[in-house]
Amino acid sequence: MRPVGNLSTCTIPFEIAPFRLSGAVYGALLNHSSALAELGPKAAQPPYNAVPQAPVLYIKPRNTLTVSGSAVEIPAGVTELEVGACLGLVIGRPACNVSTTEALDYVAGYLIVNDVSVPHDTFYRPSIRLKARDGFCPLGPAVVARGVVADPDAMTIRTYVDGVLVQTARTAELVRSTASLLADVTEFMTLAPGDVLAVGVARPCPRVRAGQSVSIVVDGLGTLSNCFVAAP
Amino acid sequence: MMRARVAFSGAIHSATPRAGTEGLRLEDGRLVSETDVVWLPPFEAGTIIALGLNYADHAKELAFNAQEEPLVFLKGPGTLIGHRGATRRPSGVKFMHYECELAVIIGRRAKNVPRAAAMEHVAGYCIANDYAIRDYLENWYRPNLRVKNRDGGTVLGPWFVDASDVADPSNLGLRTFVNGKLTQQGNTRDLIFDIPYLIEYLSSFMTLAPGDVILTGTPQGVANVMPGDEVACEIDGLGRLVNTIAADAVFGR
Repeated sequence: MRPVGNLSTCTIPFEIAPFRLSGAVYGALLNHSSALAELGPKAAQPPYNAVPQAPVLYIKPRNTLTVSGSAVEIPAGVTELEVGACLGLVIGRPACNVSTTEALDYVAGYLIVNDVSVPHDTFYRPSIRLKARDGFCPLGPAVVARGVVADPDAMTIRTYVDGVLVQTARTAELVRSTASLLADVTEFMTLAPGDVLAVGVARPCPRVRAGQSVSIVVDGLGTLSNCFVAAP
Repeated sequence: MMRARVAFSGAIHSATPRAGTEGLRLEDGRLVSETDVVWLPPFEAGTIIALGLNYADHAKELAFNAQEEPLVFLKGPGTLIGHRGATRRPSGVKFMHYECELAVIIGRRAKNVPRAAAMEHVAGYCIANDYAIRDYLENWYRPNLRVKNRDGGTVLGPWFVDASDVADPSNLGLRTFVNGKLTQQGNTRDLIFDIPYLIEYLSSFMTLAPGDVILTGTPQGVANVMPGDEVACEIDGLGRLVNTIAADAVFGR
């Protein structure tokens, strides 16, 4: 176990040398079929006018990254946050314009991502103020080697709030499978070793209030647990 | 002080300009010419924050009305290249354009910083050329990464210039030349959201750390560029940032 290098606001322990997180964490918006289903006909209406053609990505910057066990602050004036339970791919070698058939060879391992957001119902503009707040991206509890996971497109992600199961999401329901997402993303941007790609959050997202705890459980990957507290 | 980060003779060096020439002085004393080195982005970038539509004239050019809140988007580290680098233009696209921008580099951790104290958190400045390919615009988290975060699509440099050497960052002329012809002109005095505002706004919800960089937006005058074009962005006191547009074939595509 060693801390991630070079990140003043992030210390993530690792179990597999030499893989360390780079600090770059990307997420794929609307890549779970339930997220598009939630929007329904709205996806084809203004301001969107059409369902997305290419992957829609967002970035969880380094100030958002935190570990299992940390407390996530709910900002003043906000009563609830959205919990975005998600599978994260950890890149193992530079992935540029990779084919779908070879894509998973570029994955070093997997971890659980909690893409926390202030609830918002428009996806027209990047919602940095609502998604990139300090501590809004717990990761972990560890990076699990690729070989341990038989099929990243057949994983079940269970979210518990205060011990009660509130969401069950399946990666089998991704719009783009893990491999095709990697292929389509690396067509225009190279992913580097240690980068994380969160493959898609199921919606509607569970919501949490101050004083509640969230555990996200994925068989083989462990449990990512965080409590939510009111901002001082 | 102006400092570059360059690769030369098997190592990465810090370098300073040589007065009166286009050459560089490496920290170990060697004198080299501008074309003998590979220019890297002049600092280790942390979070890369970019502003859209932050000049009134450019917003008008793109038919947008005044905003209540800055249009902020983020970029990943893979998009960065240095001075004299090449940016790929995929075949078949119709409109790829440069964006000359003032880049503000954070030097001190910033959380809930009021406007009046904001400039104390600035370490320095450089020029950014933040390319976009408008063909790929979709209306989801717009502008999305396929438009604005492509490999080699964000040029930074040539120099990191200390904040103390820039007397008034709110009055700097910006100019872009394509193959020597002036195509874009503006001044940072026309920023809709100025640097202190942006630091106050951003630090109200995200802690900024040393190395984080804010690309403050571009004025009007964006134009299509083609493979072989040389694009040079200038900002008063910060130098001249040159790069070239390359075709797919150069990248084996």
